[in-house]
Order: sequence, then structure tokens, then C-alpha cells
Amino acid sequence: MKITGAQALMQCIEEQNVKVIFGFPGGAVIDIYEALMKNDKLTHVLVRHEQAAIHAADAYARVIGDVGVALVTSGPGATNTVTGIASAYADSIPIVVFTGNVPTALIGNDAFQEVDIVGITRPCTKHNYLVKNPDELVATIREAFHIARSGRPGPVLVDLPKDVVNAMVTFPEFKPVRMRTYRPTYEPHPGQIDKACRAMLKAKKPVLYVGGGVIAAKAHEELTALARKLHIPVTMTLMGLGGFPGTDPLSMGMLGMHGTYFANMAVAKSDLLIAVGARFDDRVTGRVDAFAPNAKIIHVDIDPTSIGKNVAVDIPIVADCQHALTAMNAWFDRHEEFSEQAAAEQHEAWLDEIRAWKNKHPLGYIEETDIIKPQFVVQKLHELTGGDAIISTEVGQNQMWAAQFYHFNKPRHFLTSGGLGVMGYGFPAAIGAQMAAPGHTVIDIAGDGSLQMNIQELATARQYKLPVKIALLNNSFLGMVRQWQELFYDKHYSHTDIHVAPDFVLLAQAYGAVGLRATKPSEVEPVIREALATDNTVLMDFVISREEGVYPMVPAGKATTEMLLV
Amino acid sequence: MKHTISVLLQNKPGVLSRVTGLFSGRGFNIESLCVAQTLDPEVSCLTLVTDGEDKIIEQITKQLHKLIDVIKVTDMGELDYVEREMVIIRVKAEAETRAEILRVVDIFRGKVVDVSPKSYAVELTGSSTKLQAVIDILRPIGIQEIVRTGKIAMARAKKV
Ligand SMILES: Cc1cc2nc3c(=O)[nH]c(=O)nc-3n(C[C@H](O)[C@H](O)[C@H](O)COP(=O)(O)OP(=O)(O)OC[C@H]3O[C@@H](n4cnc5c(N)ncnc54)[C@H](O)[C@@H]3O)c2cc1C
Ligand SMILES: Cc1ncc(C[n+]2csc(CCOP(=O)(O)OP(=O)(O)O)c2C)c(N)n1
Ligand SMILES: [Mg+2]
Repeated sequence: MKITGAQALMQCIEEQNVKVIFGFPGGAVIDIYEALMKNDKLTHVLVRHEQAAIHAADAYARVIGDVGVALVTSGPGATNTVTGIASAYADSIPIVVFTGNVPTALIGNDAFQEVDIVGITRPCTKHNYLVKNPDELVATIREAFHIARSGRPGPVLVDLPKDVVNAMVTFPEFKPVRMRTYRPTYEPHPGQIDKACRAMLKAKKPVLYVGGGVIAAKAHEELTALARKLHIPVTMTLMGLGGFPGTDPLSMGMLGMHGTYFANMAVAKSDLLIAVGARFDDRVTGRVDAFAPNAKIIHVDIDPTSIGKNVAVDIPIVADCQHALTAMNAWFDRHEEFSEQAAAEQHEAWLDEIRAWKNKHPLGYIEETDIIKPQFVVQKLHELTGGDAIISTEVGQNQMWAAQFYHFNKPRHFLTSGGLGVMGYGFPAAIGAQMAAPGHTVIDIAGDGSLQMNIQELATARQYKLPVKIALLNNSFLGMVRQWQELFYDKHYSHTDIHVAPDFVLLAQAYGAVGLRATKPSEVEPVIREALATDNTVLMDFVISREEGVYPMVPAGKATTEMLLV
Repeated sequence: MKHTISVLLQNKPGVLSRVTGLFSGRGFNIESLCVAQTLDPEVSCLTLVTDGEDKIIEQITKQLHKLIDVIKVTDMGELDYVEREMVIIRVKAEAETRAEILRVVDIFRGKVVDVSPKSYAVELTGSSTKLQAVIDILRPIGIQEIVRTGKIAMARAKKV
């Protein structure tokens, strides 16, 4: 039996266990929307800007731990997705983006709303396709999902000309995809595991440096087991937060530019750095030659290009984090020379040293009684949600305060645009997260500049009755840029003052959402309580101290031990 | 250091731009690039010459391998291989230099492929060094135009 390309697309999405599509229609995808209307298994969320569809699909993917899907029209619909796709690429998030295109006969003719989106997104997708032959449609879509979710995950774009969508195609039975040219390595080399474990056995000052790969691999349990078994302190990247419980005594929180003093000191003084699913980003390493200068480095990563790219590695392990960590745990269980007791004793002095750094410069801020401190707001959010909310962030200071003060205990609870740093990510991400986890508390910790980049999504949240909360840390500044200007440009606040802004409470109300405001510290808790008790979209406008800074801070290009402190 | 890298890839539209886009996007050099079908019409072989420190070459080969359409990447520097390049040179040929040109072409086992009253076009194949030697010899006589193919390379069979 033959079905239309559009129907085949619906069935392909269904068979991938995807329940929600984020999208925005147009002429080139009108036939797909026709099929969508007749489909009762897939929920479509109509965003108000295509960029939001991608961020929402990205967040949806992060929360469910599988692929997110977006659907947009040709031309401007397709180009509006580019920022979202580039962000998902930088953060290795599995999404599949379907774009409509003009009929194959018109491709290359400068037709109405035609763009070469495959060409445009080539450098920011894991892979992409233009489907010209209807007979290849189903196989291509299946391949797209396979590529997006396997190996190092990432965005895949499939461009669908209108005639392909309307052609009659067969729908062959689903078989697991096998590709000749693409076979990621999941299993670690046993010899490398042996070397790594022996190095761990000997280390006096080991540090686990955990990244987004641990979350992608769903390896938080194996990681936590290893850290606790060997009594190794753990630091996480921005993308790795939640990969190890943030409130565990072994957790040192985040490292890097805005990492904790003790995490950065520990890395600098370590004799063994065990990097798991982290990519030695420049925000993490600071000046590369001063990064972990005395340490032997073990690096577990599924992508060989991540290994040895920025920092030379002593023991490379190309593998999936879960497989590698399982193999390591098994190695220690199997080897008599290892005992948990001995490991605890061996690392006691080291953990004491770290504790001393922590006592010397804990994560903190100067409290004030008459003006709201953003860190205080995040602490209150943590307290009043029991640390269990799904938190998305915008980009800038708000993002760093969220990372520092909401101590994530579980993976997939922190959604942030880390690699590309897209202002405007957080609110659509909250929408995607709420679609993925309907009963869960979802909060976008926002900045006033970023929020205005996708504020139109208030309508989306309202349309689908999503009780997402926005905690706006309103400093009337492009705060993160202002902070750099304050510190490195003699306080030349060139074009970072954005005090001309809407009244956010009224703005929320205009959309039919609830707007609340706090201007004094005493109002913070009541506002959060009211928001959490409200079954509607709520925007909490926290008017915060305008020139608050994010500390610690490693100035760009400096060693991570050269931190500016509170 | 210069490296010759051989890449087997799926013969699909856009594949070449994935490779060249990778090089431009990551700031890697391409000195020359040659691509054509192999015995299997679904597979192309691309030979490229690039320049860089070992760490860069390692990234280049890993990044090439990461492209979904790439089947195999070989850094020829790690093997014994034969390489060839072809050049067509149009050289000024007047009565007093015609014989000299023919002699040079003959020595290097080239061929004259086009003749006009004032010039010869000569074709030569060989290693890049050999072609460079010919060019250097013909230059004083007056080279008007040069077209080179870029290098192709094949690993030598194992001699049992
Ligand atoms: C304003 C701002 C400030 C920032 N400041 C900081 C900061 O202070 N500290 C900080 O840490 N970051 C900071 N970042 C984020 C930073 O830019 C990077 O996004 C982040 O450090 C990268 O995290 P990661 O190394 O965990 O890599 P990710 O981007 O999460 O990459 C994951 C790695 O794991 C690998 N991987 C994926 N799946 C698997 C698997 N199944 N098995 C094995 N490996 C896998 C991938 O190949 C990749 O190498 C900041 C960002 C912004 C916007
Ligand atoms: C789309 C985009 N444009 C510009 C930037 C550069 N940038 C990084 S942080 C920042 C300021 C963000 O301001 P706001 O959202 O108010 O957050 P704050 O730092 O004040 O918390 C800017 C402009 C960016 N990251 N993304
Ligand atoms: Mg701001």
C-alpha cells in the first residue's frame, strides 16, 4: 500500500517514539500540516517564532533523554532555525529538524521562499539531507534519527521539497539502521581501561572532571558509584551539572571561568585529571598551558576529535561514558589491590586540602537588606522547590548564578545554551521541558535582555496552558557584558544599559499570564510561593541590584588559578 | 610539514562541499585537491595535500573521519606510496628555442599536445618535484600559462 510522503513522515516520527513536534507552518509544509491534523498520536506545539521551535525541541530532547523534533517551512522559516540548530550542535543535543522546500523542479531557480538550507546548515549540523527522490524518504528519515541520537548526539536536518511530500511512497517495515560509513565506538579498549584504573589506583590528588557526555550517556549512576567508591572529588562543567549530585560532599561544583575557587584550585594542583564526556572548552581551561599542569590526564569521550584537541592527553579512551565507567567500576571490583578503605585513606589529605580551599573562599555574595541580590533569588528558588525543579536559563549573569546557586542533584534538570550561549534560549526551552515533563515544576531563570529575544513565546505557553515560571533577574543591563566593561574597559558601559523596557508585569498580563514583582528581599519568598502555587504561566520580575557581578571570575586568557573573588 | 591524505567517500551530492567546508571552517590548509570516481561508482576517492603540525594533521584526519559520508581516511605519510601529478605548460616557442623545448620535454618524458606558430603546450606527469624541475627549466624560455591537476596517490602493494 502506498501513502503520501507527508503521511510517511508522520509514521516515521511515531515509530521513533516521539510524541511532540514543535513547529510553525507555511506554504511549503502545508501538506505536512494537513497530515498532522489527521494524526491523533502526535501533539504539535505551535510556537511564535521558528527559533523557539528548535530550542523547545532541544530542551524536550534533554529532558526525555531522546530525540526532539521540529518542523518549519521553507525560506524564512528555515533560516530562522539556524541559531537554534547551531546551539544544539555546540551542545551535542539530538534533534531532527524538518524543513519544507520548493518542489524539486524549482530548486536552484531562486524560487519564492527558496533557500539552500542544507548548504547553510552544513557546518552546524551533525549531518543533513535534501530528499530529492520520494523512494528514499523513509530510509532517510530513519537514518536522520539514528545519526541524531547515536554516538556523539547532534542536530540533523532533513529538507523536504513539496513534491516529495506529496508523492506516493511505500512504507517498509522498520529495521534498525546500519550504516557503512558511520559506526561510533561504544566499547572502551580494555587495555586503556586497565591503564586508566592503575593510574587511579596510584593517584594521590585525583579529580573527576565531568561534562555533558555523562548526561548524554545516562551514566550519572556509574559515575557517582566510581567517585564514591574511590573517594575522588568531582567537578562539573556547565553542561555536566547534575551528572553528579551537587550537594554530595565530594562535589566541588562547577569549574572554569565562573567555577568555584576550590574546583579550580583542585584541578590546578591535581596529579590525575579524569575527564569524562567533557571537551576541554576554553571557558574551562583558561590559559591552556596552566591547566592541570601537574596532572596525568585520562580522557573518556565518544568523539575522537574531542580527544587531544585542546590539551594533550596521557590515556585516551574512545568510548561511551556509560560503557567506560561500567568497565572501570568492574575493574576495581575485580582487583584485590584495590580497597575502598585504602582509597579513603589515600585521599584523605587531598580532600582536607580541598576543604580548606572551600572554607577560605566558599561560593558566596555580599548580602544586603534593602536590595535584592540575584544569588539570593536562586537560593530561594532552590529552597522552595526542594532542589527538584527543571531549570532553564537565558545567557549571561543569570545563567551563571543559576549554575552556581541551584545545586543540581539530578541529570536533565539543567537546560542551558552552553557552547553557543544563545540569549533567548531559556524561555522556549522551558516550554519544551514542560511538554516533556507535564507535572514537573519548570523555571526559566532569565535576564531582562535575553528574555526579550523570545518573549513572544508567552503566547505559546498560554495556548498550551503550560504553567512554566519565569524568574527574571532584572538588572536593566546586558549584565554580563556590563561586567566585562566594568572590569576591563574602565566602566565604559557602551550600549549595555537597557532600562528602557516594558513593564514586565503588565506584559505578562497582556498575554493572559500572571505577572508578579519583587523589589525588596522580603518580597522574594512570597512571590516565589505565589508563583509556584499558580496554575498558569507566571513571570516573576525580581528587580535586582543593578551592578552585581558574577564571582569567582577568571579573566579571559588567564590561568584558572588567577580568579577575581567576591 | 606537508601531508598527502587520501579519502574514500560516498559519491553523493554535496559531499565535496562538506570536505572543503570543514577545511575552511576550521582554518586548515588545502594545497591541492583531486577527486574522481573509483571502481565502485558509489565511491569517490579524494586526494588532498595539506600542511600543518602533527597535532593539526591529527585533527584533520579525525575530523574528516567524523563526516558521515566519509568511508576511509589514510594519511599517506604513514605508508609507502606512489604519487603522480600532471601539468600542461604553454611555453613561448620561437625558432631559436623550439628545439631546446622539445629536448627538455623528451628528457622528462613529456609530450607536446598543442602547437601554434608562437607556442607549444606540453604535457608532463610525475611527482610534484619532477614537475617543478621542468617548470624551473622552462621558465627562462618563457612560460605563458600553467595548469596542474594536483596530486593523486596510491599506497604500494605489500611485497610479500
Ligand atoms: C556566559 C557563559 C559562561 C560560561 N562559563 C563556563 C564556566 O565557567 N565553566 C564551564 O564549565 N562552562 C562554562 N560555559 C559553557 C562552555 O562554553 C561550554 O559549553 C562547556 O564548558 C562545555 O561543556 P562540556 O565540556 O561538558 O562539553 P559538552 O559540550 O557537553 O560536550 C560533551 C562532550 O562529551 C562527548 N560525549 C557526548 N556523548 C557522549 C557519550 N555518550 N559518551 C562519551 N562522550 C560523549 C562529546 O563528544 C563532547 O566531547 C559558559 C558558557 C557561557 C555562555
Ligand atoms: C543572541 C546573543 N547576542 C549577544 C550575546 C552576547 N551577550 C552575552 S551575555 C549578554 C547580556 C545578557 O543580558 P541579560 O539577558 O539581561 O542577562 P544578564 O547578564 O544581565 O543576567 C550578551 C549581550 C549573546 N550571548 N547572544
Ligand atoms: Mg540583564
